Amino acid sequence: MKPTHWARIHDSDDDLRHHRAAGDRAGITRLLHAEWTKFRTVRGWVIALCAVAVVFVLLSFLSAFESRYAEPSVPTGPGGEPVSDTYMFVHHALAGDGTLTARVASLSGAHTTLSPTSGSAFGASAKGGPSSQLDPGLAPWAKAGIILEPDTNQGTAYAAVMVTGSHGVQMQYNYTHDSQGLAGAVGPSSPRWLRLTRAGDVITGYDSAGGARWTHIGTARLPGLPRTVQIGLFVTSPVYFAAGGGDDGTPSVATASFDQISPQGDLPRHSWTPDAIAASLYPYLPSASTWRQLSANAFTVSGSGDIAPLVGDILSAQWAGASIVNGTIVALLIVIVLATLFATSEYRRGLIRATFAASPRRGRVLAAKAAVAGSLAFAAGAIATTIAEVITRHVLAANGSYLFPQSGPDLARVIIGTGLLLGLAAALAVALGTMLRRGVSAVAAGIVLLVLPGVLGSQSGNWLMRFSPDAAFAIQATLPRSNLVTSAYTPPNGYFPISPWAGLAVLAAYTAVALGAATWLLRRRRDA
Amino acid sequence: MRESLHAEWTKLRTLASTFWLLLAATGMIRLTLTATPRRLTVLAAKAAVLTSLVLVTGAIAVFASLLAGGLILPGHGIGPSHGYPAISPANGAVLRAAYGSVLYLALIALLSLGAATALREAAAAIGAVLGLLYVLPIIAVFSGNATLSRHLEQIAPMTAGLAIQATTGLSSLPISPWAGLGVLAAWAAGSLVLGGMLLRSRDA
Repeated sequence: MKPTHWARIHDSDDDLRHHRAAGDRAGITRLLHAEWTKFRTVRGWVIALCAVAVVFVLLSFLSAFESRYAEPSVPTGPGGEPVSDTYMFVHHALAGDGTLTARVASLSGAHTTLSPTSGSAFGASAKGGPSSQLDPGLAPWAKAGIILEPDTNQGTAYAAVMVTGSHGVQMQYNYTHDSQGLAGAVGPSSPRWLRLTRAGDVITGYDSAGGARWTHIGTARLPGLPRTVQIGLFVTSPVYFAAGGGDDGTPSVATASFDQISPQGDLPRHSWTPDAIAASLYPYLPSASTWRQLSANAFTVSGSGDIAPLVGDILSAQWAGASIVNGTIVALLIVIVLATLFATSEYRRGLIRATFAASPRRGRVLAAKAAVAGSLAFAAGAIATTIAEVITRHVLAANGSYLFPQSGPDLARVIIGTGLLLGLAAALAVALGTMLRRGVSAVAAGIVLLVLPGVLGSQSGNWLMRFSPDAAFAIQATLPRSNLVTSAYTPPNGYFPISPWAGLAVLAAYTAVALGAATWLLRRRRDA
Repeated sequence: MRESLHAEWTKLRTLASTFWLLLAATGMIRLTLTATPRRLTVLAAKAAVLTSLVLVTGAIAVFASLLAGGLILPGHGIGPSHGYPAISPANGAVLRAAYGSVLYLALIALLSLGAATALREAAAAIGAVLGLLYVLPIIAVFSGNATLSRHLEQIAPMTAGLAIQATTGLSSLPISPWAGLGVLAAWAAGSLVLGGMLLRSRDA
């Protein structure tokens, strides 16, 4: 029997004629109301829906509760963002305008290694601590050059021109701004001349390959710069990620040879002051911060740390959102079972025939079912996320964990996005249930589609987290990412390989396709 | 017992949903219990038939995988000539992984049987079992606490049970291979005991 045939049979039905007269909108409202009543009147389902929210919050709380790290306060940069500001600094006070020129003759590096451990196929094992042995290797963002700043406090404003491990010459200021100078690595055959000039609160950076022809790299304005500032040579070297070494970085050290050093301007003191700028936050090698004066205008300086925005993985602490992910995963599981049973139980008890007899437009029945299940899961998810966000951030802060600042719009995105994630998953499960009709196969299919990719892909953040329905977890990402920092940008650290809304759109696409297929099957199948 | 066994085998053989063995545990239970009033015997028979079936199919699948691995992997740079241990039954660890995989499958089946008996609703049972298997490892990944994550991997049925498949880097496993399989066996036993107790104490 084609759907049209069904409709013809029921044309004689008074009820239906009345329904048609009332118009489509009333029809949809009635369908939605019918599905809502079906849901509401099964006590087990209502309990399961409440369990979604309760288990979500409980699991988030437990995840946060288990995380105990006492972390020192994190410096914030001029823009209010958390930063790393740890380096070796050999400096002069400079009163008024002036210039510092220096040649970097070489830059080399070494890093510690983790004591050997490796994971099983299914996840992280305990991380080994860094050993004391140093292996050669220069971090891509190792930095050596000239820096100017109002004082030596962490998080202070600055402008610097520098050679880097593998990003050529850079002019950077205030942690987040950079412009590119000469490309290529520094070495005996390709030394780099650097120059930093101050005029008022405008700092200009230049580089040169031979010391004769200078190229302007960039200009920084540091408003409110005091008359007397600190200018000097700095070296720092961030956490090193060995090729193929997984996502565990280790502290590293860089050593630079400076010569042809020539300061110009009013230098009140006539000697250089060495300072290892550090607090215990950034993983660095304290013993590696050294300097040696070879002659009046030549130094060797070694440093460890970074001058850059702070990203998630640098802290040992748990990403605050990981608790929310854990809550979501368990809630997702309950939602899959619940939404599937909501769709399949009518088949099992044969009630679906009555449903289709009352509402012959089968596609609409499915849409109403998906809408009811989706809305309820959305509401449970959004409410649970709101409560979990408040509780986990409170617990983590009480445990001494550092929490990255989270903007209002980001928080709103996480709350609404997590609700949508669960809502779309519920609609997908309804579609699967309608297609497969059996609760067991549909639940299994739903879990394989919605949970299994997370098991296989969440550790590394591989293609599964981009193309499977679990891409939607990207909606929970809130940590800052920086092009100026090498890090393990993986899901356990709070970074997903797809942008938040694109990730949610992937899940929405799966749901749309599944609903389309289920509608098509409903219309094509002759039996109920 | 023998009659029960035969009855269970027939059900398993003829039910359309043989693939999802769980159904056999929940479907038609009233009829079965009417025919065989000793409920624990029914559960034991189900367990025995299920275990034998999974052992046989599991052994075939694992043997086929070993054969395929032994033939294909050396051609892709993973073989004795590249410093990897040979994928052959002569290698003790490989043999243990092979036996262990078959036992792993059987224990997962028993865990599912117990859960299905306890929950009665097949869909809820498969949700619970797959949830137990898959969700704990994800939580382990996202718990930033390395110690907690290791403990979770030691008690989670999947990560602990699959330790039996490891042939290299045994010292870095969260749990040793046989101990891991023991953890899974404990889960299976616990689930069967719970299922059996509930089966005996309540209405069909």
